[in-house]
Amino acid sequence: MNADGLAVRCQNIVKIYDTGDQKVTALDQVNLDIAMGELMMLVGPSGCGKTTLISVIAGILDQDSGSCELFGENLITMPSNDKLNFRAKNVGFVFQAFNLLPSLNAAENVSVPLVINGMKRAEAERKASRVLEQVGLGERLTSLPAQLSGGQQQRVAIARALVHNPKLIVCDEPTSALDHETGHTVMALLKDVALQKDRALVIVTHDARVFNFADRIAEMDDGHIIKVVDSANGTQTSLKEAL
Amino acid sequence: MNHIALKMLMGDKGKYIGIVMGLTFASLIMTQQPAIFLGLMTRTFSFISDVGLPDIWVMDPKVQFVDDIKPMQDTELYRVRGISGVEWAMPMYKGLLKARLTDGTFQTCIVVGLDDATLIGGPPVMVKGNIEDLRRSDSIIVDIDGALDKLGKPSPTPGNKPIPLEIGDSLELNDHRAIVVGIAKVSRTFQAQPVIYTTYARAKNYAPRERKLLSFVLVKAKKGQDLSELTRRIKESTGLSAYTRSEFMDLTYQYFMKNTGIPINFGISVLLGFIVGAAIAGQTFYNFTLDNLRQFGVLKAMGTSNWVLLRMILLQAVLVGSIGYGMGVGLTALFGYSMRNTILAFRFPWQLLIFSGAGVSLICIFAALISIFKVIRLEPAIVFKG
Ligand SMILES: Nc1ncnc2c1ncn2[C@@H]1O[C@H](COP(=O)(O)OP(=O)(O)OP(=O)(O)O)[C@@H](O)[C@H]1O
Ligand SMILES: [Mg+2]
Repeated sequence: MNADGLAVRCQNIVKIYDTGDQKVTALDQVNLDIAMGELMMLVGPSGCGKTTLISVIAGILDQDSGSCELFGENLITMPSNDKLNFRAKNVGFVFQAFNLLPSLNAAENVSVPLVINGMKRAEAERKASRVLEQVGLGERLTSLPAQLSGGQQQRVAIARALVHNPKLIVCDEPTSALDHETGHTVMALLKDVALQKDRALVIVTHDARVFNFADRIAEMDDGHIIKVVDSANGTQTSLKEAL
Repeated sequence: MNHIALKMLMGDKGKYIGIVMGLTFASLIMTQQPAIFLGLMTRTFSFISDVGLPDIWVMDPKVQFVDDIKPMQDTELYRVRGISGVEWAMPMYKGLLKARLTDGTFQTCIVVGLDDATLIGGPPVMVKGNIEDLRRSDSIIVDIDGALDKLGKPSPTPGNKPIPLEIGDSLELNDHRAIVVGIAKVSRTFQAQPVIYTTYARAKNYAPRERKLLSFVLVKAKKGQDLSELTRRIKESTGLSAYTRSEFMDLTYQYFMKNTGIPINFGISVLLGFIVGAAIAGQTFYNFTLDNLRQFGVLKAMGTSNWVLLRMILLQAVLVGSIGYGMGVGLTALFGYSMRNTILAFRFPWQLLIFSGAGVSLICIFAALISIFKVIRLEPAIVFKG
């Protein structure tokens, strides 16, 4: 793999949570590269460190040692304001619990990353509406999250994650709050609309039914990445059985 | 981001109303209680402010406030009249006397004796009758609040309101007949007793025989006369105390401030209002922030700076603060208006708006600060927690 085409390069990442009375090593010497245009899935048993790893990758959590480069930039050495701007421009988030702002309607929710990046409200909402059309919610622009189904809310969240054209989108369990069919639609949307040549997707999931959307799957256990498999060569079947 | 902050705030109607109510309550207490306090304190000197014409009040040097009467000899009046710069000087008697009502009961009254010739120092507003009628023999003028209540004749059906004292009715003051010839409106004083006006000579008859009966000498300065210069001259040549009208009001006011429990009591209730208001509003605002912590976390993860979040929270605090303040002050004004004809003391100068405004601002700043601390220390990584 060509280093220039790399979206993420994690080397020897260590993250220890210190809760006072005990220390939990959530990430123990993790190495992982993710290419541009790649959909990488992170799988593994509960507590193995998946969420911790994507938090470090997305730049919202500082590792204790090791380096994590995002498009060649080492976030941990960046001044905090630059890091904030970097994140605002380059990272999109999708959460298990959607995390939409409940008092904003769909278009307003989707416009938030644009507003954070300094775009005027009206223009941001216009652009947000166009992206909502792309995810099939052109009719629900003014609906509040509470008026939308779980699948629709997650589509709003996906629109929000890609409205500002970030180079990386991280998703933590995007389908586990949804039924199988809806989860499938959401994954299809991520793969078809969100994934692009100049953008990488990292998706944490427990949901074996969506493994076939992945380009590669990294399997974690106890703070380590135990293997990375190419889903194209059929290894996903064995993984499905393993989990 | 401002519109997002406002939508966050008003999205949850219940909490939004809760915060505004807390601040309304605090602002109400912090305005209404001091207004009553100021009203009461104004009453301490309303006897002085009711007497319009004289510029200077002369009295015994030991007098501490308007109700603290230390009589002087009548000759002091002539000494004051002789001082240069004095246009005129009139005697005034003010004392507490027991009036015997028609049903045989006694009522302590404030009796004011005015200069027989000029009647200077008389009641500010006559409701019935004429002040000149005081020149008739045995005549008195009573204040309307006293006439309606404490000086009234008992109702034939027990428990009902007394029958008001009217022109032509009579009382006994120290075994002397006194006939009502007029009803006056006077500002309420701090003492709740009825006020009776009569002439200086008659007041001397009513009062128990004493060597000294002159309470105040009321002085009008000659045109162009410097008042502080004149008071100094009166003090020097008589050895008495002389105060301009406003100095005497201030002396009285200060006496009540220093020597009564009133400021303390009101101070405590204002403080309690502030603390309770701060607790309710601070608590609900903080809870609101806690409930929205995840939303703030999401904004933070998506790249919103602490500075912007701080501005959002401040905006929310300023908004609820302004609404709560406006409602509290409005309710206070309404309260004062609806109480305008009752015994309740109430005074609402513009300075009070600043006072309660500062109080509400403090509460909001406090509430916003604890919220801001929480949000600034917030780890954006919480957004991935379930
Ligand atoms: N803020 C924290 N403080 C202390 N320990 C933490 C914290 N966050 C995570 N941990 C611990 O770190 C380890 C890894 O947690 P992490 O959330 O990354 O796991 P996960 O793979 O995402 O699990 P799940 O599949 O259940 O979401 C766990 O043992 C967890 O208890
Ligand atoms: Mg997790």
